[in-house]
Amino acid sequence: MSKPLSPDDIAARVAEDLPDGAYVNLGIGMPMRVAEFLPPDRECVLHSENGLLGMGPAPAPGAESPDLINAGKQPVTVLAGGAFFHHADSFAMIRGGHIDVSILGAYQVAANGDLANWALPGAKAPAVGGAMDLVAGAKQVWVMLAQQVGKDGAPRIVERCSLPLTGPACVDRIYTDLAVLEVTPDGLLVTDLLEGLSEAELQATVGAPLRFAPACRRLRASAA
Amino acid sequence: MIDKRCRTLADMLAQCPDLHDGAVLLAGGFGDAGVPVLLLEAIAELGLKDLTVVSNNAGAGERGLARLLRSGSVSRIICSFPRSAGSVVFEERYDAGLLALEVVPQGTLAERLRAGGAGIPAFYTPTAYGTELAAGKEVREFDGRHYVMERAIRGDVALVHAATGDRWGNLTYAMTARNFNPVMATAARSTLAEVRHFVDVVPPELVVTPGIFVHSMLEVGA
Repeated sequence: MSKPLSPDDIAARVAEDLPDGAYVNLGIGMPMRVAEFLPPDRECVLHSENGLLGMGPAPAPGAESPDLINAGKQPVTVLAGGAFFHHADSFAMIRGGHIDVSILGAYQVAANGDLANWALPGAKAPAVGGAMDLVAGAKQVWVMLAQQVGKDGAPRIVERCSLPLTGPACVDRIYTDLAVLEVTPDGLLVTDLLEGLSEAELQATVGAPLRFAPACRRLRASAA
Repeated sequence: MIDKRCRTLADMLAQCPDLHDGAVLLAGGFGDAGVPVLLLEAIAELGLKDLTVVSNNAGAGERGLARLLRSGSVSRIICSFPRSAGSVVFEERYDAGLLALEVVPQGTLAERLRAGGAGIPAFYTPTAYGTELAAGKEVREFDGRHYVMERAIRGDVALVHAATGDRWGNLTYAMTARNFNPVMATAARSTLAEVRHFVDVVPPELVVTPGIFVHSMLEVGA
């Protein structure tokens, strides 16, 4: 098997699938990296749920403003064509089905699209943020998994989530270090597979039965 | 003549009829942006008891909401994301059993406040359906999809942080420091605004919070 995809490789693969003109919400952490790989021939408008459309990259050192931050509370910039709005309007965009794609991280995803990404057992005070609104309201929900298999060897793509759900049957696609999968009414369909990895080897890393697209694309990790 | 500008913080708090033991406070802000820090810290000195605070986060370090929590005046907090970098006072008091917590999805929190301000007692949303945050709540099916009933939130006092304000109480906000502030301003009996700069007139087309929602204001500088 070749080297698995790095988080940047996965972000670049996700960015390829974003259509021109899409309004996109990037979750805190790894999904934020997708912004760095948007193809130059496409214009996507990034939504930050704390009240910003047209989110731009981090400002130059010294140019940060405490009044201009993203949902992860990091300083950002605003691009031409952007807008500021209050929280009820921001979540009307999310809950009213105006956001084309929500990209999130996950602890577990199930074959029927159930998502668990907000609470771990033994965590002290729970915190949910906007995740439950995003998965209930965005037109498409895509999940990124830096490692398809947990450090303990347990698959993160499973038949049924054992962790508390963020939302039922809400995930449309899963991008991992080994594959790209679509959630379909007939279960998980693999559309992309890491170069050198056999179908049986991928199946061994997933806790639910897989089907493979006839023209399965091969993924290759970047040299770096 | 209408003039909602106050000279001092002490005047502003003394004139507010809705700051009392057991009051529900709505506190604007997201992370450190748009937090009414001076108002929160002044209320921490009043010796009130059993306050409920509604806020997206639960404060960080020892400033603002963290100082109010430290004062022991707050017994209950309604948040979407209480646990975040530096939320040590919240964690201490929560872990010690001194603070009851209700976790609410962020959009549901915003909509519960919007509904409260608009006279809507409850609404249905798909958010949180099928999760433990919907446990015990009424569920209804509309057009083949499941929705959870959520109740509106109204406060006794809303605390907001604005960029500019005029004597009628019209407010503007700086960039993403807007966040929950305009929604909370609509949903309380009394809305107190700390404003960076008073201006003669906020141009009517630029008003974000119309003065009808604001009861008193204090100029706090940038």
